Amino acid sequence: MSEFLSLSAAITRFVRPGAQVALEGFTHLIPFAAGHEIIRQEIRDLALVRMTPDLIYDQMIGSGCARKLTFSWGGNPGVGSLHRLRDAVERAWPRPLELDEHSHAGMAHAYAAGAAGMPCALLRGYRGSDLPRVNPNIRFIACPFTGEELACIPAIRPDVAIVHAQKADRDGNVFIEGIVGVQKEAVLAARHSIVTVEEVVDTFPAAANSVILPSWSIGAVVEAPGGARPSYAHGYYTRDNAFYVAWDAIARDRSTFLAWMEKHVLSPVSRA
Amino acid sequence: MTYSPSEMMTVAAARALSNDDVCFVGIGLPSAACNLARLTHAPRLKLIYESGTIETKPSVLPLSIGDGELCETALTTVSVPEMFQYWLQGGRITVGFLGGAQVDRFGNLNTTVIGDYARPAVRLPGSGGAPEIATCCGRTYIVMPQSRRTFVETLDFLSSLGHGRTGVERLAGGVNTEGPTLLVSDLCIMKPHPGTHEFEVVSLHPGVSQERVAAETGWSVRFATDVTETPAPTAIEIETLRDLHARTARAHGTAAHVS
Repeated sequence: MSEFLSLSAAITRFVRPGAQVALEGFTHLIPFAAGHEIIRQEIRDLALVRMTPDLIYDQMIGSGCARKLTFSWGGNPGVGSLHRLRDAVERAWPRPLELDEHSHAGMAHAYAAGAAGMPCALLRGYRGSDLPRVNPNIRFIACPFTGEELACIPAIRPDVAIVHAQKADRDGNVFIEGIVGVQKEAVLAARHSIVTVEEVVDTFPAAANSVILPSWSIGAVVEAPGGARPSYAHGYYTRDNAFYVAWDAIARDRSTFLAWMEKHVLSPVSRA
Repeated sequence: MTYSPSEMMTVAAARALSNDDVCFVGIGLPSAACNLARLTHAPRLKLIYESGTIETKPSVLPLSIGDGELCETALTTVSVPEMFQYWLQGGRITVGFLGGAQVDRFGNLNTTVIGDYARPAVRLPGSGGAPEIATCCGRTYIVMPQSRRTFVETLDFLSSLGHGRTGVERLAGGVNTEGPTLLVSDLCIMKPHPGTHEFEVVSLHPGVSQERVAAETGWSVRFATDVTETPAPTAIEIETLRDLHARTARAHGTAAHVS
């Protein structure tokens, strides 16, 4: 059964130095509050996994949390580069970053394979691309029935998955709706999981495409209202697109980045 | 009515879509072109974004592929694994829009690095959905502003397959979708030669000379025997596109794009 914990207690218990950690949420419901807590606790040497690193991994990489990144698209959507990710790859600042680079289809299949308890994922992917030349985790095997050559990549089975959701009920079941991304697969693929939620409610609403994660499939539930900002929580608040645009100038320079992190994430006021 | 080269590019790309298409949309120029098509000549065009939104009808352009507007106006929203497994790999998408930092004469795209992969001069965002969009959609359209920096002789990295490094690898590798059939830039429209699959200029945008296109292309570009002039944007096309950008700017709290 899931356990209700504070954010700091949940991160301390499950996110250990060196762990493989996936914070998921495809544009929607990105677990920023949990990522910021990892930065505050100065947890190092993480192997981060995420289809779209987005601003949260830019912040974690720039803060020195990561030794490795498994990903498929590392930009600021509609804006441009993730400058902290680029600085780590191009100039090893604040430390070198090993890349395990895939396509979206590869990552999506690999999460689904992880949730299914499989060692690897098969897909009709990466055909003609140079990605298999630079990533030994992308290989090809022949279908035993048709002979068709198929891409094969390791399943993603993280030590910890962290996602943000709209609601938990008082038994610790979790409700997600809207763009549901790969959150269900990430949680079911992981050894441990933390779900931050906007609110804890008595009963869930009926919803067209809701995903329900039973309490017994989750490690910890944390009430963290606003925990996906500046991304968004469908039904609660919208994406802060102006901040995504503003991040470009903040992150472009190491000193403005560090000052922003100090003021908005690390300072005693923001810890309260 | 005056218009910019970028508006001409978006309008020309939009015209290539029809009511029968199911279109996998990328962010930026493709999103503007696809929504312009839906708001003008192709109201039954089905738009799909990789975040899982199917038949979405946004009134403003999303900044990301997963803005809430896309889900709220969609017929349905599916998970990301389902999107890539059933809908893209399953062969349900007729056309995908792609762009990149570099394109070569065979429509191969680089969205990964400038320079060496291990020690890149510029680390680009990466390929995202493109490698499988390029091979699993019925056909793809490439939309990119044209210059010697972007239309190159040799890609630094082949992220997404066009017709292959020498124009034959796609067919030889058994990839049975059409691949890139159209390349729209701010100067011209190119299509692959039926025999060699090399992109050649079939239409010049108004006021653009063959010399200008040759000067802005990193390979020795060929011209079809019967090069035409791209029809200029109509007043309706330009007004619809500008309205869309103005609504988008108001919604995002940013300055209006010029494209």
